[in-house]
Amino acid sequence: MSRIKDLQKNLFGGTTSNARQFGMIFTLVAIVLLFQIWTDGLTLTSGNLIAVVSQYSYILILAIGMLMVIVAGHIDLSVGSVAAFTGIVVAKAMQEFSLPWPVGILLGLAVGALIGAWQGFWVAYVGVPAFIVTLAGMLLFRGGNQYIGNADTVPVSEGFRTIGAGFLPEIGPDTGYNNLTLLLGLAACAGVIWRELKSRQTRREMNADVAPMWISVLRMAVMVGVIVFATLRFAGGRVGTSLPISGIILIALVLAYSHYTRNTIGGRHIYAVGGNSRAAELSGVKLKRVNFLVMMNMSVLAALAGMIFVARSSASGPQDGLSWELDAIAAVFIGGAAVSGGLGTISGSIVGGLVMALLNNGLQLEGVGSDMVQIIKGLVLLLAVAFDVYNKSQGRFSIIGSLMRPFRRDDPPPPTATPTSDAGKAPVAG
Amino acid sequence: MMSAPVLLEMRSITKTFPGVTALSDVNLEVRQGEIHAICGENGAGKSTLMKVLSGVHPHGTYTGDIVYQGEQVRFSDIRASEQAGIVIIHQELALVPGMSITENIFLGNEPRGRFGIDWKAAQRRALELMEQVGLHEDPDTLVKDIGVGKQQLVEIAKAFAKDVKLLILDEPTAALNEADSRHLLDLLRGIRRRGVTSIIISHKLNEIEAVADTITILRDGRTIESLDVHADGVNEDRIVRGMVGRELHSRFPEHTPDIGEVFFEVRDWTVRHPISADRLVCKGSSFTVRRGEIVGFAGLMGAGRTELAMSLFGRSYGVYLSGRIFKDGEEVQLRTVSDAIRHGLAYVSEDRKAIGLNLLDDIKTSMVAAKLSKVSSHGVVDPVREYRAAEEYRQSLRVKSPSVDEGVTKLSGGNQQKVVLAKWMFTDPDLLILDEPTRGIDVGAKYEIYGIIQRLADQGKGVIVISSELPELIGLCDRIYTVFEGTVTGEVSRADADPELLMKQMTSTKKTPIR
Ligand SMILES: Nc1ncnc2c1ncn2[C@@H]1O[C@H](COP(=O)(O)OP(=O)(O)OP(=O)(O)O)[C@@H](O)[C@H]1O
Ligand SMILES: [Mg+2]
Repeated sequence: MSRIKDLQKNLFGGTTSNARQFGMIFTLVAIVLLFQIWTDGLTLTSGNLIAVVSQYSYILILAIGMLMVIVAGHIDLSVGSVAAFTGIVVAKAMQEFSLPWPVGILLGLAVGALIGAWQGFWVAYVGVPAFIVTLAGMLLFRGGNQYIGNADTVPVSEGFRTIGAGFLPEIGPDTGYNNLTLLLGLAACAGVIWRELKSRQTRREMNADVAPMWISVLRMAVMVGVIVFATLRFAGGRVGTSLPISGIILIALVLAYSHYTRNTIGGRHIYAVGGNSRAAELSGVKLKRVNFLVMMNMSVLAALAGMIFVARSSASGPQDGLSWELDAIAAVFIGGAAVSGGLGTISGSIVGGLVMALLNNGLQLEGVGSDMVQIIKGLVLLLAVAFDVYNKSQGRFSIIGSLMRPFRRDDPPPPTATPTSDAGKAPVAG
Repeated sequence: MMSAPVLLEMRSITKTFPGVTALSDVNLEVRQGEIHAICGENGAGKSTLMKVLSGVHPHGTYTGDIVYQGEQVRFSDIRASEQAGIVIIHQELALVPGMSITENIFLGNEPRGRFGIDWKAAQRRALELMEQVGLHEDPDTLVKDIGVGKQQLVEIAKAFAKDVKLLILDEPTAALNEADSRHLLDLLRGIRRRGVTSIIISHKLNEIEAVADTITILRDGRTIESLDVHADGVNEDRIVRGMVGRELHSRFPEHTPDIGEVFFEVRDWTVRHPISADRLVCKGSSFTVRRGEIVGFAGLMGAGRTELAMSLFGRSYGVYLSGRIFKDGEEVQLRTVSDAIRHGLAYVSEDRKAIGLNLLDDIKTSMVAAKLSKVSSHGVVDPVREYRAAEEYRQSLRVKSPSVDEGVTKLSGGNQQKVVLAKWMFTDPDLLILDEPTRGIDVGAKYEIYGIIQRLADQGKGVIVISSELPELIGLCDRIYTVFEGTVTGEVSRADADPELLMKQMTSTKKTPIR
C-alpha cells in the first residue's frame, strides 16, 4: 500500500470509530465552507457564529435526546409542544408566584420529567407505539400551552434570560478577547490531544494497528486548528459577547451524553434494544425500563430546550417550538442514524444538527422567505433519509460515511447487494 | 448418471468481501436431473457460491463464468435467475407468517384474472402444488400456524409455482425433525424423477450419503474434489476426510464424567401459552441436574422443550402458572432474565438470528452483551478488557474471522453459533441450557463444541442440551429426559440410551417409571 493511500485511510475514516469521528468533523468543515461562500463570508463572522449558537442551540439539544429515541427504535413528535408547554408553565409560575429564576429552571425540568414519564409509560409499559403517543402529546401539550397562556405571550425575568441570552463574563486582564472563552478553548485543545494519545494507547493494548505518529500529529493539528479558530471567533466578538451560556450548556450535554451512549452499560443497552429487542431482552436488558427512560429523557431535554428558547426571546408564546421535531429528527438522520433503530452516534447527530442550524441561519441571512425555508428543509430531510436508505441497501453505513467515500481510494470493489436475510435486522417491537 | 448432459457449470469463481476471500477459483459441474450435494465446513463458502449462482451476488461482483443450459449467464438479481428457472431456498425461510399458504405460494407471482388476482385459479393451482410436495393442509391456513417442516414444503411448492429447473436448498433440514427430514428427502427423490435438478447444502452427512448422486466438497473457499456417490463407494467418513482434510476417528471426544450432587431442580413446572389461555405448553414438568452432568432433553419438534427452557429462563415465554425452582438446595424466584443470569443460568437459543444476536453488532460487542458488568467498572465499559475477553473466546472457540471487530452478519452460520455460545459462556453460568447447539454446524466444529460442553461440565457446571438429533444426545449426554406434549415422560441413563427406547418415550403420554 502506498504512502498516500495509507494517509487517506488513516485520516479519512479507516475502520476505527476514531477515524470516522474525524471524518465527520471534516465533513462539517466542508459544509461550513459551502455556506461561507454562499453568504459571501457572513457565516463565519464572530457576530453570526454567536447568533447561530444562541438561536439554534435548541436543535442540538433536541438532537441529543432524539438520537437516543431513534436508536432505541422510536420517534418523538412532541418535542416542540413539550418545549412550548414547559416554557409557558415556567413563565407563568415565575410571574404569578414570583419564583426566583433558579427555582423556575428546576420547575421546568420537573415538568419535562413528568411529561416524559407520562409518554414513557404509554410507550414502555402499555406498548402504544411512540409515534402515536407523541402525536397525541404534540396536540395535548400544544393545547396545554395555549390553555395556560390564553394563547398569549408571557414575559420572563431578567435572571432567567441568562440561560438563553447570557454570555460568559469579562474577567481578568484586557486581552482584546473574552478570557473565559479563551480558557475554554485551551481546555478543549488539551482534551483533544489527551484523547488522541489515549486512543493510541488503547489501540496498542488491543494489539490493533496504531496509525503512525505523524498521522496522529496531523490529526491533532487539524482539530486544534479548528478549535483555535472557533475560540478566537467566539472570544473576539463585540465586547460583552462571547460563547453564549446556552452554548456552554450544550457542550456539557454533548460531552456527557456521548460518553454515556458510547462507553456505558446503559448506553449499550439502548443500542441493543434498537438492534434486536428480543435478543436484548434475553440478554438481561430491561426492555421496558430502557424504553421508558429514553422517552423520559427526551422530554426533559425538550423542556430544557424550551426554557433556553424562552429565555432568549424573553417571553413564552403560543408559537414557540413549532416544527422543532422536524429539525431534530432531520439532524439525527443526516447524522447517519438508521430509520429502523440500533445505529447512530451523538457526534453524528451534532454534525447533522449543525447542518440544520447553518441551513436555517444561511437561509435567513439570504433573506429567503419562510415558505421557501420550509420547502428546502423538507427536501433536505427527505433526501437525507432516502440517501441513507439507498446506502443501506448497498450495504454501506451512512450519509456521513459516504460523504467520505471519495477520499477513500482503498475501498473494496463495487458494493454488492446483500440479501435482506443477511443485511436486514429483526423488526423492532415498539 | 454420468451420461446425463451438464446443466450448469461454474468456472473458476472467485468472490471476495472486504478482507475475506470467500471463494477462490471454485469450479462446480452439475448434471441434468441429479441431486448434487455441496459439503464443507462452516465458512467454506457454500452459501456464498449459491448466492453467486442465484444472483444474490450479482454479475460483476465476482469473477469467473457461469454456464447454464449451454449458455453463459449473467444474473443481475434473484428475479433474473428465477426467470431462468433457478430457485434458491435460503436457510432462513422467506415466508410471510401472517399470510395463507396460497398467498405465500404465489407471492410476487400471482395469477392474474380480469379483475386483479384470480384467487380461484390460485387456490386450485395451490392445491395441485401442495399435492405434489405432499402437503396436506387447508390452503387458507396461515403459514405461522403450521410447523417448520410444513413451512419448508410451502417454500418448495412456491419454487414449483415458478416453474423451477434447478432447485437450490441451503440447509433445508437443519431445523427439521427426523420424520420431516425424511419426508423432504423423499420429496427430493420424487423431484429428481420428474427431471428437476437440485443442489443441496447440508451438514447432516447421513442424509447427503442417502440422497445425493454427486458431492462437491469445498474447503476454505476452494474446490477440493467432486465425488460420484454411486461409483466411488462414498461414505460419511470419506466425506468428512474431504471436508476437514484429515481422518476424524470419532464424532465425540473421549470423556469421563465427574458427576456430583444435584444442584438444580425443577418441580411441577406449569406454563400456559402466551395467547390461548387454555393451552398448557408445560404440564407439571420436573427434573434435576447434577454438578458436572450433561443432561439431554429429547422430544419431537413442538414437544415444548424450548418453551420449557425459556420459561425457566426468567419467564421469557408464556405465562407462568405454577412450579418451583431450587438451586443449591434453596428455592429461587427467576422472574426476569436478569434474575436468571444472576442465579447463574444461561440460555443459548435455537434461533440465533431472530433472538440470539443483534445483527448490527460486531463480534466483541455480541460476546460481552449478556454480562457487560464483567468488563466494566462503575458502569463504564472498558474497551481493552472487552477486546481481550472477546479475543480469548474467538481463539478458544476458533471463530473464523480476521478480528473481533468484524460484524456478526459477515460470519458464516456456524461461526455465528460459536459467537452466541461465547456470549453465554462469558456469563460464567452454573447451568448452561443449550437449545439445538449444533444446528447448522459442521462435523469438525460439532466435535469442538462437544469438547467445550464437556469441559464446562468438568468445571462442575451443569449443562442441559436440547437436541432433535438422537445420536447427538446419546453420544454426549450422561442422562436424557424425554418430553412429550409439554410433559417430561421419562428418564434414561447413558447406559440404557438407545434410539428406540427414546423414540418410544418421546411419543407416549404415559410416564414411564424413572429408572
Ligand atoms: N456479506 C459478507 N461480508 C463479508 N464476508 C462474508 C459475507 N458473506 C460471507 N462472508 C464470508 O465468506 C466466507 C464464506 O461464507 P459462507 O456463508 O459462504 O459459508 P458457508 O460455507 O455457507 O458456511 P456455513 O456452513 O456456516 O453456513 C466466510 O468466511 C464468511 O465470513
Ligand atoms: Mg451457509
